[in-house]
Amino acid sequence: MTQAPILPAPILSVEHLTTSFRAGSGWRAVIRDIGFQVHAGETVAIVGESGSGKSVTALSAMRLLPRDTARIQGRIALNGRDLLTLPEPQMRAIRGGEIGMIFQEPMTSLNPVFTIGNQLAEAIVLHSDKSWTEAEAEAVRLLERVRIPAAKSRLHEYPHKFSGGMRQRVMIAMALACRPKLLIADEPTTALDVTIQAEILALIRALQAEENMAVLFITHDMGVVAEVADRTVVMFRGDMVETGPTARIFASPEKPYTRALLAAIPRLGSMGDSPGPRRFPDVDAATGRITEGRALPPPDTTHAAPVVSVQNLSVRFDVPNGRVHAVENVSFDLHPGETLALVGESGCGKSTTGRAILRLQQATEDSIVINGRNIEDMHGAHLRDMRRHAQMIFQDPFASLNPRIPVGKAILEPILSHRVLPRDKARARVETLLHQVGLPPEVAGRYPHEFSGGQRQRISIARALALDPSFIVADEAVSALDVSVKAQVANLLMDLQAEHGLAYLFISHDMSVVERISHRVAVMYFGEIVEIGPRAEIFGNPQHPYTRRLIEAVPIPDPARRGTRPHVAQEQVRSPIRPLDYILPKREYRTVSPGHYVQTGGVFGT
Amino acid sequence: MTLVPAALRPLLRNRAVVFGMIVLAIVVLAAIFAPLLAPYAPNRLSIVNKLKPPSAAHLFGTDEFGRDIFSRAIFAGRISLLVSLGVVALSTVLGLILGVLAGYFRRLDAPISRLIDAMMSFPDILLAIALVAALGPSVVTVIIALGITYAPRLARIVRGSTLVLREMPYIEAAITLGLPTWQVIGRHLLLNLASPILVQATFVFASAMLAEASLSFLGVGVSTDMPTWGTMLASGREYMSNAPWLMVFPGLAIVFSVLSLQLLGDGLRDLVDPRLSKEH
Repeated sequence: MTQAPILPAPILSVEHLTTSFRAGSGWRAVIRDIGFQVHAGETVAIVGESGSGKSVTALSAMRLLPRDTARIQGRIALNGRDLLTLPEPQMRAIRGGEIGMIFQEPMTSLNPVFTIGNQLAEAIVLHSDKSWTEAEAEAVRLLERVRIPAAKSRLHEYPHKFSGGMRQRVMIAMALACRPKLLIADEPTTALDVTIQAEILALIRALQAEENMAVLFITHDMGVVAEVADRTVVMFRGDMVETGPTARIFASPEKPYTRALLAAIPRLGSMGDSPGPRRFPDVDAATGRITEGRALPPPDTTHAAPVVSVQNLSVRFDVPNGRVHAVENVSFDLHPGETLALVGESGCGKSTTGRAILRLQQATEDSIVINGRNIEDMHGAHLRDMRRHAQMIFQDPFASLNPRIPVGKAILEPILSHRVLPRDKARARVETLLHQVGLPPEVAGRYPHEFSGGQRQRISIARALALDPSFIVADEAVSALDVSVKAQVANLLMDLQAEHGLAYLFISHDMSVVERISHRVAVMYFGEIVEIGPRAEIFGNPQHPYTRRLIEAVPIPDPARRGTRPHVAQEQVRSPIRPLDYILPKREYRTVSPGHYVQTGGVFGT
Repeated sequence: MTLVPAALRPLLRNRAVVFGMIVLAIVVLAAIFAPLLAPYAPNRLSIVNKLKPPSAAHLFGTDEFGRDIFSRAIFAGRISLLVSLGVVALSTVLGLILGVLAGYFRRLDAPISRLIDAMMSFPDILLAIALVAALGPSVVTVIIALGITYAPRLARIVRGSTLVLREMPYIEAAITLGLPTWQVIGRHLLLNLASPILVQATFVFASAMLAEASLSFLGVGVSTDMPTWGTMLASGREYMSNAPWLMVFPGLAIVFSVLSLQLLGDGLRDLVDPRLSKEH
């Protein structure tokens, strides 16, 4: 459905909404003059980067902001009733009754000490006059509606027995418990893997059609917008930049910011036939003019010895009732100037692999050679010396810099500690490094909290480069960043690689970024590499069913192609815990083409 | 550090904290300038003036030997502050060493944690009495005894914070950068441990002040010629019914000092509590 039937009266109508937060003695507007309507059966997406005010808009509509520190002006009407003047008890009945809400974090939004059935029934009893027994029967029906298999038997289980995707289904069931007329979904799939994201989006769409519900969908992901929204509201720093039918916004964006946002989205299949990586397009923020990214030459890997050679890496943890095979039998080589992407869902062992290579995690079995030296039994000074050559960039730019140390000092510290340069030259080196990552040298004296997420990630990159390493593990290095910043940081990584001949192990769950940045791709599933090969081969000719599923699940930022993708299989809940005496069967790999191998008869049900 | 004034400003919005800071400042200043402020020498006897109620000549009255209680209370504050500061310093150092070792090096966690549990299973004052009895009473032994008694409290806090910080990406980043372990602990860890330690130290300060008074009251405290609030209470006990000022004023000194520290500690804890912290 690209065009929703326009009904005379909207379910939710927001007019001239301005929300201000208390700032010192005055008020600071965080969203200004927002206006939109959501009709029955229609999905409206509010899209924007962090700090754009999209969540504040939703919280204002639910009146969930603290009264003494937030001031809401304008008009918010639900079925013609003004929500802003409603007394609090009636507002409580509306929340969870007429408006259902789903949040981002399925892991923390369910109470761990009550069973699923208990929490569902509680919500039903609260908003209806049903008895507890009737409510439990209703809960089973709801769980079946959100497609949870064996709903009746799972009713009395606790949240920890459910996977992230299953928990989000329970949250949706809870939001739907009272047949709300409006569903507000605040980044409901951001914390989920792509394959599960696809399932949840399909579920929301199906339920919306059944109930003729209005959906207000808040997201930063243009791919998701294209997938679900009939109309789109683009927000930027508290202002409504552009609004209109989704198809029109994607086809002919009017404002430069919308154009920039759309250009920055990584799209699968935008690589043409270039064998190496390709930079993201550069966008002029003021005019929205787009300069297509240039393709980068593939490195010459025929002569050079590999920077890193990993043979039969295994990491196992003993847990009370068995053993977790986090990483099993992982082997690969990485050459100078090359990016190997390690992709897979959360919990597949890709991060553990990266950490084990840097010895942040003790491996059970391994043979890891970095720059020709086996690091297996390295300790103390030798290990520290190895760390000069192998560095890491972390996912969370807010947690990877020490909040109490000025950034210049943080970059200076390793240079001095390893006695690479004398103090005066080291200071000059810090300035050079900051310049290389696109920051002015004056920022050296500032503390991490004074920077934005993208700037912090640049600082982390400068720090990783301080020792002039030959190999960098980038663990979800751009995943936490906003779309436009993500493209810039990914471009920076590619530029630095071309300049310094760096080898990257790029760990990511984001297939569209991986397609841009990598030379080779290794797909991990349940601790094992199921397919590895040149990037063009993996994306163009995926052999393993899991690789195919991963690629198919990526949202396509094109509303015209909505619904054309094949249905994604249901998620299977698998326990990663195996008995202590479990011996992994020997795996066979088939050669598809030179350098492209696929596992045969492995863990994934073929 | 440009951070500090801005970071501490919220403290001044809390009236209880401001009250605590003012009272503490008065106690500290009175102790420092005791010789200038005290109208009489603390040990000057004057049998004719014994057990005089508060008056213009003797603000807090006199004791059974005619000594001026105001002067004695001011001088007693010196001992109390000295002992409490010493206890805070010693227990912080011990707690920091034990806590960091237990939290950072996983192999040492079990033995050190059991040691801490064992020490905490003794009632505070009993452990201190036993230690003073073994070492003999003096300012130094009281500091050592109370320092050891309160070290586990800090060690537990430090261990807990270290366990959390150890998993922070910036600590891992420091390890990945090849910094030697002492530098990872000495800079990256300690800088971030400073706030929880500061908070706990104020509470230990208050407890130590009370414990020192208790030890003196029980007769196992510092044995010097100088009065302490605890010894003043102990000797005033016999005259409680007809000369209550002997106990009231040293008692109030203890109450206000301990209260001010607790208020300050509460304020600091609210300030550094991550759940209450502002966005980045």
